[in-house]
Amino acid sequence: MSAAEAAVKFVTETPPEEIERVKEWINSEEYKEKNFERTALVVNPAHACQPLGAQMVATGFEGALPFIHGSQGCASYFRSTFSRHYREPAAATCDAMTEDGAVFGGQNNLFEGLENAYALYKPKMIPIFTTCMPEVIGDDLNAYTKNAKAQGFIPEDLPTPYANTPSFNGSHIHGYDAMLRSILQTLTEGQKVEGKCTGKLNIIPGFDGNVGNLREYKRILDLMGIPYTMLADVSDVFDSGCDGEYKLYPGGTKMEDAAESINGKATISMQKYSTVTTMKWIESEYDGEKAILPLPFGVKKTDEMLMKLAELFDKPIPAELKAERARAVDAMTDAQQYLHGRKFAIAGDPDYLLGIVTFLLEMGARPWHILCSRSTKKFQKEMQALLDTSVFGEGCSIYINKDLWHMRSLLVTDPVDGIIGDTHAKWAARDAKIPLFRIGFPIIDRVNLHRTPVVGYNGAISMLSMLANKFLDIKDETCDDQWFEMMR
Amino acid sequence: MAERKPIKGITIESTEKLIADTLAEMPEKAQKKRAPHLGANEPGASACAVKSNKKVVPGVMSQRGCAYAGAKGVVWGPIRDMIHVSHGPVGCGVYSWGTRRNLMQGIPGVTSFPMDFTSDFQERDIVYGGDLKLEKLLREADELFPLNKGMSVLSECPVGLIGDDINAVAKKMEKELDKLVVPCNCEGFRGVSQSLGHHISNDSIRDHIIGKFKFKEEAGPYDIALIGDYNIGGDVWAAKPILEEIGLNVKSVWTGDGEVEKIGATHSVKLNLIHCYRSMNYMCKVMEEKWNIPWLEYNFFGPTKIEESLRAIGELFDDKIRKNVEKVIKKYKPVMKEVTDEYKPRLEGKTAMLFVGGLRPRHTIGAYEDLGIQITGAGYEFAHQDDYDRTAPEMAKGTLIYDDVSEFELEKFVEELKPDLVGSGIKEKYVFQKAGIPFRQMHSWDYSGPYHGYEGFKIFARDIDMAINSPTWDLVKSPF
Ligand code: SF4
Ligand code: SF4
Repeated sequence: MSAAEAAVKFVTETPPEEIERVKEWINSEEYKEKNFERTALVVNPAHACQPLGAQMVATGFEGALPFIHGSQGCASYFRSTFSRHYREPAAATCDAMTEDGAVFGGQNNLFEGLENAYALYKPKMIPIFTTCMPEVIGDDLNAYTKNAKAQGFIPEDLPTPYANTPSFNGSHIHGYDAMLRSILQTLTEGQKVEGKCTGKLNIIPGFDGNVGNLREYKRILDLMGIPYTMLADVSDVFDSGCDGEYKLYPGGTKMEDAAESINGKATISMQKYSTVTTMKWIESEYDGEKAILPLPFGVKKTDEMLMKLAELFDKPIPAELKAERARAVDAMTDAQQYLHGRKFAIAGDPDYLLGIVTFLLEMGARPWHILCSRSTKKFQKEMQALLDTSVFGEGCSIYINKDLWHMRSLLVTDPVDGIIGDTHAKWAARDAKIPLFRIGFPIIDRVNLHRTPVVGYNGAISMLSMLANKFLDIKDETCDDQWFEMMR
Repeated sequence: MAERKPIKGITIESTEKLIADTLAEMPEKAQKKRAPHLGANEPGASACAVKSNKKVVPGVMSQRGCAYAGAKGVVWGPIRDMIHVSHGPVGCGVYSWGTRRNLMQGIPGVTSFPMDFTSDFQERDIVYGGDLKLEKLLREADELFPLNKGMSVLSECPVGLIGDDINAVAKKMEKELDKLVVPCNCEGFRGVSQSLGHHISNDSIRDHIIGKFKFKEEAGPYDIALIGDYNIGGDVWAAKPILEEIGLNVKSVWTGDGEVEKIGATHSVKLNLIHCYRSMNYMCKVMEEKWNIPWLEYNFFGPTKIEESLRAIGELFDDKIRKNVEKVIKKYKPVMKEVTDEYKPRLEGKTAMLFVGGLRPRHTIGAYEDLGIQITGAGYEFAHQDDYDRTAPEMAKGTLIYDDVSEFELEKFVEELKPDLVGSGIKEKYVFQKAGIPFRQMHSWDYSGPYHGYEGFKIFARDIDMAINSPTWDLVKSPF
């Protein structure tokens, strides 16, 4: 037998005992420790890359066609992800850089791409953002877009804000931030008029996959009689109707409104962590007051938002909203017994996590494992401070830069009653036999959850119903006959 | 094969006019580049005139993916007992995690790995290189998932740009861990579509896996391998039993619900049966050259093609198998008739347009026709000339062929041809549904399936009927 033949191995079957052993081992305390020791390997992360966030922002302006400078494959991934989550079209184009682009830079691709995108899809604005590839080779977007206009590929006056969105840095929320700042910079340039005030509120929802939330903000503002411009408003784009006609640009923030936003009466961001640089820039450039509010999950944060709005616009909070608040509190006091003391594990983006934890603490539930797969010490501190405000926060732990495989270890060694997160958490949930409540992005295995608001008083009622009813379902479905009863 | 009968209202001239009108709205350079990729079908021509496998035209909104997608999503991802590392930044791995529906058996995290393993590159990895991190990561993965039968390293865009050498790392770690560690240089910027990723992955299988294993049991005369079935929605589980029923012995599946060591031992089989020609023909040719294993393309979509395929397979074996083939065909005939009796009356005379990866448009035509549906337009995201040559005879004269169609073009084509159904991908789906046109995702079977084999046809027929005849479409136009 030759050496090569001798090196050929038999196909092996893993012995069943070995499988049993490992199956149990991965649920052990020992495994958890090993799992938490890893420093290089990431398994099942709960975050995406920067350009995805940039595309969400770029989609939120009327007539804007998101333009991806870089690899074609990334563009398809972003578009597919949005279409799976919203069950909506997610138009975006790409200049499809290939190997020669890697050598010579992507300027020619950008030229041709802009020319074609403009001719075929007639956008009013082309926001440009990048994939890893041009970021690694160091393409100069500023020069490239200037050249594209100078050489007539697109009209001089077509807004082409651009953002560098390297994926090897931060996560989708940072891409959101970078693109939003760039679009606002571009659209408001030269629009500031000293002493002019539109009287309007600018509201920035942040990276929020729930279009119901955006609509809820608008409903509240309408009820309060506050004129507003929602910046990066994806609600009509990612939640457009079916009426027999496909519209490439079904809505979004109007260009004029975005341009005028610099002369607004006030600007608020509903998400601190996904608008850091945008709000910093707005702070120095925009007229009027600025505020960064916590995501209004639960009653107290909604109160805070309404009071802030009332203060900024010197308007009373209408009776209708007060009645809504009372109804939410009614629902919460009625149902508190189903959530009190229940432990939850939560995974998500920083702002969402802060919101969910606020709500759970209000209900007397315990946000036992809090996991953010890409964040900072600063966030950890803020979360800890939030936990410290309530006895229900005692003993809860925060894990930053940990992934859903870490979460799995936590769930099997220190179980909880429910998990809150996006669809990706379903694997860990199944292994640990713990129900998953889908709040976050993306939700690609259930329908319409992205349309059901979780902010505001009404959002609190929906979250509460979702959680409590599931626990009751489980009880009905799993209890022995003698414990099955009519009322719960 | 008899030529398809012409479709009412579709002629070479009408189709050429539609193409010309569509091109006229594009900038000159784009027109020139796109024109060769669009054509009216000539079923009798010796080669399909439509050009393919060329670079995406920037900015037109192509639906294509990248080499990494072809490697990770298509070829490697379905191998269930390996750890597939998305090497580079976080995005690619997250987006391709669980989004192809290549189902697999096993205990997740123990014996199967339907998960996202990534090196989650940070700035410092770009600056200093990721080789050391990769080494460490492979060690950690092997320790935490000890029953893995090997690991693949799938590089994303940045890896090839910063001069990392994943091949050297893989070699070193293969020795150290005494496990397969397969490097795959499938950076997304390589090539023009997913297709190169398939090819590169086939080459890595050739260089690192095939021939390294052997089956314990003696080779038998009926040993075959199933190539290019990725078990989308359980396809393999519907196809394999039919082959077993005719007496064949399926030794390995590439790569749906696949096991790497069996894949590595495939060189002992008597025949390779290939379903997705586009993504796996390379390895069939390698095995033919090196081990004299013949290969045969077959098609398990719809009873007509299943019967044709079974008989062709039978021809390559003895009387025993041939008899079994006839028995199986006879057994399922009434079952299939029941299906067509139920659905055909509601679907007869309808038309559909298709745009999928590299195989399904031509492979599914028969299944649509079994239901009485005619195909008025078809095209591929990443097919090559040989795929188009195989498509032309399956379509009626004058029907529309489009390669790497842009959203702009497809919208125009659908608007003009007004099909009763469009079968394509997630990115296209809602565009057409908003326009009130029934749609089925034909990459993922729209979260249904299997569609292969006799069992699959029942589901396919139900799904197509449900898409076209759903009462919800009647609500689209508001009465006021
Ligand atoms: S991580 Fe980079 S290569 Fe991957 S999808 Fe994101 S931008 Fe594209
Ligand atoms: S069947 Fe189509 S989608 Fe599947 S691998 Fe082949 S070419 Fe790709």
